[in-house]
Amino acid sequence: MSLVTLADFAHARAGDKGNILSIAVFPHDPAHYPWLLRELTCELVAEQFATRQPSRVHRYELPNLKALNFVLEDALEGGVNRSCGLDRHGKSLSYLLLALRLPGPED
Amino acid sequence: MTKTILVGCGAGFANDRPDAALRLAQDLAQRSGQRYIMLELLAERTLAEAQLRKRLDPRSGYSARLFDFLEPMLEICIEAGIAIITNGGAANPRAAAQRLRDELAGRFPALKIACVLGDDLLEETPPRYERWLSSSADEQPVSVSVYTGADGIVQALAEGAGIVLCGRVADPSLAVGAIRHGLGWKADDWQKMAVATAAGHLLECCAQVTGGYFAHPGMKDIPDPANLGCPIAEIHQDGRLIIGKTRNSGGRVSEQTVKEQLLYEVHDPRRYLTPDVVLDLGVAHVQDLGNDRVEVTGVIGHPRPDTLKGLAGMRGLWFGEAEISYAGPGAVARAALARDILLERFDRLAPGVQPWIDLSGVASLFNDQAGRYLRKQLAQVPLLEDVRVRIGLTHTDRSLLETLLAEVESLYTNGPAGGGGVRRHLAEAVTTRSFLLPRDEIHTALEWY
Repeated sequence: MSLVTLADFAHARAGDKGNILSIAVFPHDPAHYPWLLRELTCELVAEQFATRQPSRVHRYELPNLKALNFVLEDALEGGVNRSCGLDRHGKSLSYLLLALRLPGPED
Repeated sequence: MTKTILVGCGAGFANDRPDAALRLAQDLAQRSGQRYIMLELLAERTLAEAQLRKRLDPRSGYSARLFDFLEPMLEICIEAGIAIITNGGAANPRAAAQRLRDELAGRFPALKIACVLGDDLLEETPPRYERWLSSSADEQPVSVSVYTGADGIVQALAEGAGIVLCGRVADPSLAVGAIRHGLGWKADDWQKMAVATAAGHLLECCAQVTGGYFAHPGMKDIPDPANLGCPIAEIHQDGRLIIGKTRNSGGRVSEQTVKEQLLYEVHDPRRYLTPDVVLDLGVAHVQDLGNDRVEVTGVIGHPRPDTLKGLAGMRGLWFGEAEISYAGPGAVARAALARDILLERFDRLAPGVQPWIDLSGVASLFNDQAGRYLRKQLAQVPLLEDVRVRIGLTHTDRSLLETLLAEVESLYTNGPAGGGGVRRHLAEAVTTRSFLLPRDEIHTALEWY
C-alpha cells in the first residue's frame, strides 16, 4: 500500500504544560475523520516520537470537532523550565507528528 | 433581543503587539453595548522575573511591557467606557496602579483603578506556602503564586473599576470576570461558566485564534499575516458565543483556527480544569458564520475544583547556550567533528555534565538531550552546506558554564576548518514547580487607586 504524509491530509497544533506535550490533529477534509481515527493510533504516534521517549501516549477522540488530541507525557525533555533544547515549549513538534507516513485514505 | 457583550483580547503574552491592541481599542470604541478588553501578559516564568525586578526596585515588578499596551489605548477606553482587565500587575499590581495614577496626572479623576490581590503567597507573613510546596535546599523560591479565578475581577467591576490590575489570575478568568459582570451570570451556574471559560480560553492567546501560530503556505493560508487582528468574543445572555476579530485587520477566524485554539494546551477535553469551572469540550461544536465569525456551541460545565493550582518560581540554576557554524563542502562532516571534539573536552572538564548538542539543519527542534534524533538524521547522510552547531547547558555553577561555553568559542582556533559565527549567552534560569492547595485557603482582596 502506498504511504502518504500526514501533513497533506491534516493540520495540527502543539501545546505544552510542564513536561507534557499535547497535539491536536484535524483532517483538512472532515470526511477523513474515520480514516484518521483508524490509522493515527497511539502506537504509531509513540513510534514517531520514540526519540523523545514519552512515558505514556494517550489519545482523546472528539467526533463533533473531528479532532484527535494526543497527550504525550514526559516528552519535552524537561519542558520549558528544564530543557536545554532550542524549542523548550515543543511548539514545533506538531510538525514531527505531521511528518508521519501512513496508509492514505481510500478515496 | 437578548443582551450581548463584547470582550476583546489585546495581548496573549508578555511580548505581544501593542499596535494590534490599539487597533482593537479603536474598533471597540466604535461599537455599542458593554465592552471589555483583556490583556494577558504573563507566562509561567514571567512572574518570577517580575518578582526579581521588584526586589531591585519596589516601584517595579509589574509586567515589563504593561505600559506599552496601556498608554496608547488608555484615553480611548476611558472615554468609550471600555473596562481594561489585565494580569499585567504581575508581582506588583500596586506599583502599576500608582504609576498609572501618576501618568494620568489628575486627568480622569472619576476613573477607578482596582488591584486584585491575594495571589502572591510570598508576600504573606508568616508564609503559608511551605505547607503545600516542597522544595529542596539548593532551590530558592523567588515567586510563589496561586492561580485565582474570576471572583476578584467581578467584585472590582461591580464596584465601578475602569481598570482592573491583577497578578496571577488564571488566563481565561480575565474574560470570565468581564462576562460575569456584563451579563450578571452567577459563579455557580456551571453551564454559563463553561461558555465564559470557553470564551476566555479562545481569547487568552490573542492572535492564536485569528490566524497566528497557524499559517502553512498552500495548505492553510492567512490573509495579511503581518497585521493579524485581535479576537473579539460576542457573548449573548442566552449563552451564545461567537468569536470574531478587529475590523479591517489581517488574519482569519475560521472553523480551523477556532478548533486549533479550542484544544490548545488541553489534555483531557472532557475535564479542562480552571479555577472557575471544569470545562467539558467533549461534544463542543464550531460553525463558521462567515465574515470571520465562528460560533461555538455544546460546551458543558461541571462544578469547579476544590483545589487551586499554585506555581513557584525557583532560583539556583543557570542556562547557557553557544553556537558555531560550518558552511560549504563537507559542512556536515566538519560540524559533526566539532560536536565530537566538544563532547571529549566537556567529558574532561566537567565529567557528568551532559551538553545538549544540535546540528541545526540536520536536527535541532526535534532533537533531544541524548542526541537520539540527531544520530538518526546523521545516519541518513544529509546533504547540507550550512550547519550550525548549538550546545545548551544548565548547571548551578555559573563559572563552570562560562568555562564550557568558552570551549565553543575556542573552536575558532582549535576546531575544524572554517568555523564561524560564534554566539554565546548565559542567563539565570528560573525553574517552576506547580502544586495544589485548598481553594478555601485563598481570599482575594481589592485595593483602590
